[in-house]
Amino acid sequence: MADITLKKIYVKVWRQNSAKEKGRFETYEVENISQGSSFLEMLDILNDNLIREGKDPIAFDHDCREGICGMCSLYINGRAHGPDRDITTCQLHMRKFNEGETITIEPWRAGAFPVIKDLIVDRTAFEKIQQAGGFVSVNTGGIPDGNAIPIGYDDAEEAMDAASCIGCGACVATCKNSSAMLFVAAKVSQLAKLPQGKVEAKRRARNMVTKMDELGFGGCTNTGACELECPKGISISHIARLNREYLVAKLAE
Amino acid sequence: MSKIENKIPQGPIAEKWSKHKASIKVVSPANKRKLDIIVVGTGLAGASAAASLSELGYNVKAFCYQDSPRRAHSIAAQGGINAAKNYQNDNDSVFRLFYDTVKGGDYRAREANVYRLAEVSPSIIDQCVAQGVPFAREYGGTLANRSFGGVLVSRTFYARGQTGQQLLLGAYSALNRQIAKGGVKMYTRQEMLDVVIKDGKARGIITRDMVTGEVQRHGAHAVVVATGGYGNVFFLSTNAMGCNGSAAWQCYKKGAWFGNPCFVQIHPTCIPVHGDQQSKLTLMSESLRNDGRVWVPKKLEDAKKLQKGEIGPNDIPEEDRDFYLERRYPSYGNLVPRDVASRAAKERCDAGFGVNNTGLAVYLDFKYSIERLGKNVIEARYGNLFQMYEKITDVDPYKEPMQIYPAIHYSMGGLWVDYNLMTNIPGLYAIGEANFSDHGANRLGASALMQGLADGYFVLPYTIGDYLANEIMTPRVDVNAPEFIDAEKAVTGRLEQLFNVKGTEPVDHFHKKLGHIMWDYVGMSRNEAGLKKAIEEMKALKKEFWANVRVPGEMNNLNPELEKAGRVADAIEMGILMAQDALDRKESCGGHFREESVTEDGEAKRDDDNFTYVSCWEYQGEDKDPVLNKEDLVFENIELTQRSYK
Repeated sequence: MADITLKKIYVKVWRQNSAKEKGRFETYEVENISQGSSFLEMLDILNDNLIREGKDPIAFDHDCREGICGMCSLYINGRAHGPDRDITTCQLHMRKFNEGETITIEPWRAGAFPVIKDLIVDRTAFEKIQQAGGFVSVNTGGIPDGNAIPIGYDDAEEAMDAASCIGCGACVATCKNSSAMLFVAAKVSQLAKLPQGKVEAKRRARNMVTKMDELGFGGCTNTGACELECPKGISISHIARLNREYLVAKLAE
Repeated sequence: MSKIENKIPQGPIAEKWSKHKASIKVVSPANKRKLDIIVVGTGLAGASAAASLSELGYNVKAFCYQDSPRRAHSIAAQGGINAAKNYQNDNDSVFRLFYDTVKGGDYRAREANVYRLAEVSPSIIDQCVAQGVPFAREYGGTLANRSFGGVLVSRTFYARGQTGQQLLLGAYSALNRQIAKGGVKMYTRQEMLDVVIKDGKARGIITRDMVTGEVQRHGAHAVVVATGGYGNVFFLSTNAMGCNGSAAWQCYKKGAWFGNPCFVQIHPTCIPVHGDQQSKLTLMSESLRNDGRVWVPKKLEDAKKLQKGEIGPNDIPEEDRDFYLERRYPSYGNLVPRDVASRAAKERCDAGFGVNNTGLAVYLDFKYSIERLGKNVIEARYGNLFQMYEKITDVDPYKEPMQIYPAIHYSMGGLWVDYNLMTNIPGLYAIGEANFSDHGANRLGASALMQGLADGYFVLPYTIGDYLANEIMTPRVDVNAPEFIDAEKAVTGRLEQLFNVKGTEPVDHFHKKLGHIMWDYVGMSRNEAGLKKAIEEMKALKKEFWANVRVPGEMNNLNPELEKAGRVADAIEMGILMAQDALDRKESCGGHFREESVTEDGEAKRDDDNFTYVSCWEYQGEDKDPVLNKEDLVFENIELTQRSYK
């Protein structure tokens, strides 16, 4: 764990004071960053410097800093969550960068995710999609025993694969069409694989896809970019299942 | 007997909850529609409560500081959720879960609350299955279980290493359904900055819209605080960066009692601090101690070489390794409870045997189990954790032992509540980690998720009716009442005050300083002189903060530094109260270790004659010492014994 210290790096960041104002790139120097530090810790240090210089620190979303809450959302050197596989931005470490390098940081770029400030975007559209049908219609209480309906091991595992989506939006940010298909598919597929969710699977697929279209996300053209940059490695095979559910729902209309 | 009215029902423990439910009032559906409830925080407790209350017909307003309820830190819980289902036929029962929890909490929790928790636990699993939570299954299709520390049965339900995520997404989906139906109005990126009390009752809250900076007034017939714990007082912890105890702290400053503030849990297996650029700590699941052996070098000169990076762990021969947990606790070995394992690691590192450059790390070695079981078995059990460890540290734990060190993880203390989960302020409730009630002085693994969901799905929806039944004639709360206007003014005034200090040091500077004081004197090991020193240092830090903090940016725009400033100002005050509580409690129990109260062989020693109580701290005003009220704990079903793991 003998980490090297990067003596100097350059950070080129998107600055935008609010949704209404125009944005621009600004470049900052950051010195003495341990390669053992996380990428967000590097930004903490840059912000500390900016505050001491009397400047406005860079706003970015982050919370759990262990790769599960889905809050962090940076586009680093042209890649969602930066240059590593199967991680979120908060799990990216400075050992992936070199001495003297210029690192470019942008917010998620998608029409459905407007910038709030600097690197923070508004992902309310994801909430609206979930509210349109991302649930099983069941109230609290009066439920049969958890073992009343057996669920096969493979079905449970596949549902879990889909359910591991953290709702970060990397799939949308990385898609040339800004499509939210992988995000929608993850929820539709999880619930369609389980007997509890199957009952209203068609209605769910139809409502969620309709809402997605309404909110300005693009269509899916099967480039597979979303799967590649998904921090949880969610497979596009779930999109295939979503398409099946949606088609059957439409045919039934 | 204490004079504190905790509303614990009379009668045998197994009948208390049923009898209580039969005796409390119920609000009619027509009247529920007229009643408003505010829920602050939308983690497991808050989301499950908001959804369930809306299903019953109440009008709910829910608030969270994140951009979505799905991001609450419940999501990071790895291991699982306990429930007394007895699916394994291993003689588990409600009583056994109750007993384990009270004992694990070192006999500082309320029997009646814990029994109810165990009693409703099976329903939680049923509820989550119905929501589509993909729990692990056996090939036959039934639910799978695993074992967790400190118990003799297999009662933990899990969804890989992401149980908290899946349970939260279940509660979140129930909440989304109610939002879509209009029963819940959801406010995201909104932070509660005060609670409003009118005629002695909680009637609303003051919030700040974190995007526009607008300060808002929200009224309701009852307010539910579900804002989690206060571990971030220590700066470095396994909590999320935004986790804070400020909402609970505002309630305290309005008269709600704070229960057992000194009870915080220190988890033994976290990735060590890498240096002074560190912002938070990452937990490595407790389950790793099933197959990993904990050690440090026997020889001080080997430790010195490791600290300088001159040698690696694999250079140290077998006979020079000190497996100190196996040495000190031969019967439990590496599987001693969290508090014991944490203290033992600290003892070795304090003696100079730490294994990294900071001297604050010990090894957790899988070499032996890989030799015994093969790499494939270990990979199947812990693959995702090993990958996470390697991403963070750049060290391959299949080849070299993990380095671990204890870190702050969970707060057992919190707002004092009665059996109905109501604080001493009528109409103000606290649920989940935000209250003090169920875990005593130490929480068992996989019990936090159970408690959050028990409170939200199956306790609060019943007990809140008992209060609200008397409020059906109260009209919608008028947020133009003087109490609301005054509270808003006070909040705005404080925000302006934070801006106007215009000092030289960023907020984090003070937060880190606070963290150091807390960790050094109010952390794993506490003594009278240290606690007194900590209180003085934190009082000085508070002055320094208000004289020299620098808050940049604008008031009416998104401003994370302003948010942090308010939270750190509160955290300093919380730290002082935690130290005061630790000073009062002269015994050692659970996560609270007083160096003055040890057995002959250096283990924690409880003092049941003098400290079998809940400390309930009552605020007296700025810079005045709070008053300590005591709720005596009565044990009618479990005999108190000293824990031993030798």
